[in-house]
Amino acid sequence: MDTQLDLWEVFVQSKPGQSYKHAGSVHASDKQMALQNARDVYTRRGEASGLWVVRAADIAASSLSDHDMLFDPANDKIYRHPTFYQVPAGAKNI
Amino acid sequence: MPTTTTDIFTEKIERDLAIEPRDPMPEEYRRHLMRQISQHAHSEVIGMQPEGNWITRAPSLRAKMILLAKIQDEGGHGLYLYSAAETLGISREEMIEQLQTGKARYSSVFNYPALTWADIGAIGWLVDGAAIVNQVMLQRTSYGPYARAMVRICKEESFHQRQGYEIMAKMAAGTPEQHEMAQDALNRWWAPALMMFGPSDAESLHSKAAFQWKIKRESNDALRQKFIDKTVQQTEVIGLKVPDPNLRFNAETGHYETSPLNWDEFHRVINGDGPCNRQRLEHHRKFHEEGRWVREACQC
Ligand SMILES: [Fe+2]
Ligand SMILES: [Fe+2]
Repeated sequence: MDTQLDLWEVFVQSKPGQSYKHAGSVHASDKQMALQNARDVYTRRGEASGLWVVRAADIAASSLSDHDMLFDPANDKIYRHPTFYQVPAGAKNI
Repeated sequence: MPTTTTDIFTEKIERDLAIEPRDPMPEEYRRHLMRQISQHAHSEVIGMQPEGNWITRAPSLRAKMILLAKIQDEGGHGLYLYSAAETLGISREEMIEQLQTGKARYSSVFNYPALTWADIGAIGWLVDGAAIVNQVMLQRTSYGPYARAMVRICKEESFHQRQGYEIMAKMAAGTPEQHEMAQDALNRWWAPALMMFGPSDAESLHSKAAFQWKIKRESNDALRQKFIDKTVQQTEVIGLKVPDPNLRFNAETGHYETSPLNWDEFHRVINGDGPCNRQRLEHHRKFHEEGRWVREACQC
């Protein structure tokens, strides 16, 4: 029998206004326990202004074998980058 | 130690701390943001139409791929913004309904037609250029999800402006006819682009609250001036003329002076009577209806 409870992924916001970033995971039986464990494990030195916990089983993730299929289409579209374009000599602030 | 909900909110705003969806916030702040963010989202989506009009007529495969990528980005910007608005408790359906019934607006600039290929250049350079100036400020807006969406959007916008400027530069340096098309597009888009910043906010009550809540950090006039100061030089470099006989550099202030804008036209266009308003909404409704079966299938 599994005695380890569910796995939860932890996202920490380091400063107000910033994006929540993945920090790691904890085991917990419910939301509240997950938040408390996340606080104890990942924010002991004032690292956080906010915390999100998400049950790992609820996360849909891409897999390594899908990598090419998912991300290849972006590789040959260099025209999405501003450096692709010729800016006339002397033009400023663009 | 702040005790009431308003105290907590006010203190966060004073200390320049972002407000997150679950933080306490005054109802008027929430409503102000719902309106602003949803209208920003509508502008991204409706803004795809004048450019989409040229996809099948792009002059080269290169130009077509770039234009497609640019328009796809705008659709993405709409999605970032609709999601940010949803964190405030409004649903996507409500927002779409407000757009389609005319209760919510979108930027008046998208009610002008893109008549020639040079317009695609002018839109990228001027319309996206003006949007960038506004959006750079909004990266520091007080509502966290909105500010974060702006950071993402600003990163993507810079290609939009450059591709437009590249088109303008090429056409300005092309045949006399091409040069004339570029100048004509600039003539038609200049004033609508300047009006994107909105009327002077000196008297607007909305603006006053927006400043207090740090939703907004610079005035419409200041942002417009920034845009003018940047753009005049870019115009000269490619050999075009700013279509304003009163344009003058004031050496004392270090800024360009321009003619007053026609705000009657602005109000007329934003209230529904511009060259393409009806067409824009009809197009949106048509495709929204045609996609109904997909939404319904999703619920089975
Ligand atoms: Fe955009
Ligand atoms: Fe854009």
